[in-house]
Amino acid sequence: MLNVTAFLVGLLFGLGLILSDMTDPSKVIGFLDVTGTWDPSLTFVLGGAILVGSGGFTIAKKRQRSLLGAPMQLPSATELDKRLLLGSLAFGVGWGIAGFCPGPAVVSAASGQPKAWIFVAAMLTGMALYSLIEQHKK
Amino acid sequence: MNLSDFTYISNLSGGLLIGIAAVMLMLLNGRIAGISGILAGLLPTGKGDKIWRLLFVLGLAASPFVYRLAFSLPAVTIEAGTLQLIIAGLLVGLGTRYASGCTSGHGVCGISRGSIRSIVATLTFVTAGFITVYLTRHKLGL
Repeated sequence: MLNVTAFLVGLLFGLGLILSDMTDPSKVIGFLDVTGTWDPSLTFVLGGAILVGSGGFTIAKKRQRSLLGAPMQLPSATELDKRLLLGSLAFGVGWGIAGFCPGPAVVSAASGQPKAWIFVAAMLTGMALYSLIEQHKK
Repeated sequence: MNLSDFTYISNLSGGLLIGIAAVMLMLLNGRIAGISGILAGLLPTGKGDKIWRLLFVLGLAASPFVYRLAFSLPAVTIEAGTLQLIIAGLLVGLGTRYASGCTSGHGVCGISRGSIRSIVATLTFVTAGFITVYLTRHKLGL
């Protein structure tokens, strides 16, 4: 059952990304272009998502088990460290260069955009590099 | 500001759907809908259960096909060239792993549950995005 819901939620998430225009890098770059012809429409995407999310997560935080009986795996980290800040900085620079963040890139790649495949391949390489670097440190 | 690009009704509806999906994954599966974390978990180096992650990503990948049953897909313009896409992809991959999240995990789920870490992460990557677009578009003319 958890696998069925995972698939359906992934599908719904992807439909939301398409409907909200997050899958169009030129739209994303228009949103990030605050010093040019700023297009504020993507603030409504995050606004809408947080509107629903803040209600839902308030309920979720009070639960020990999910509605399907799975353990609630909420993040416990609270530290504002260098990893969080530099990682977010690097992510933001990449986001600004290509106009893609992870979810929309996967959806665009699936819809047959060759450039999105290049981005996704590089992104997965970056993620694998992280694991290699971190393993090497140990 | 360009009002002709202001497509807030579809943006808001899409955002609501994303929020519903994130809440569903939390309330049904007990999991955070963080796409970068889910993708990283599927790599050979990833730990934990791969099956639900794979199915989530398959659902994500199926979305353009399902969307096309009812509507035509919105136009997509990718201005970045191959080298830019590779650099951007590497930065997004490395950055989201070091930060333990991206737009979905920190931006949607994290802010929704009131996590200071996620609010700081989101402000950081959005500001970095603003500065990057300012530099690439208005200074370097890419």
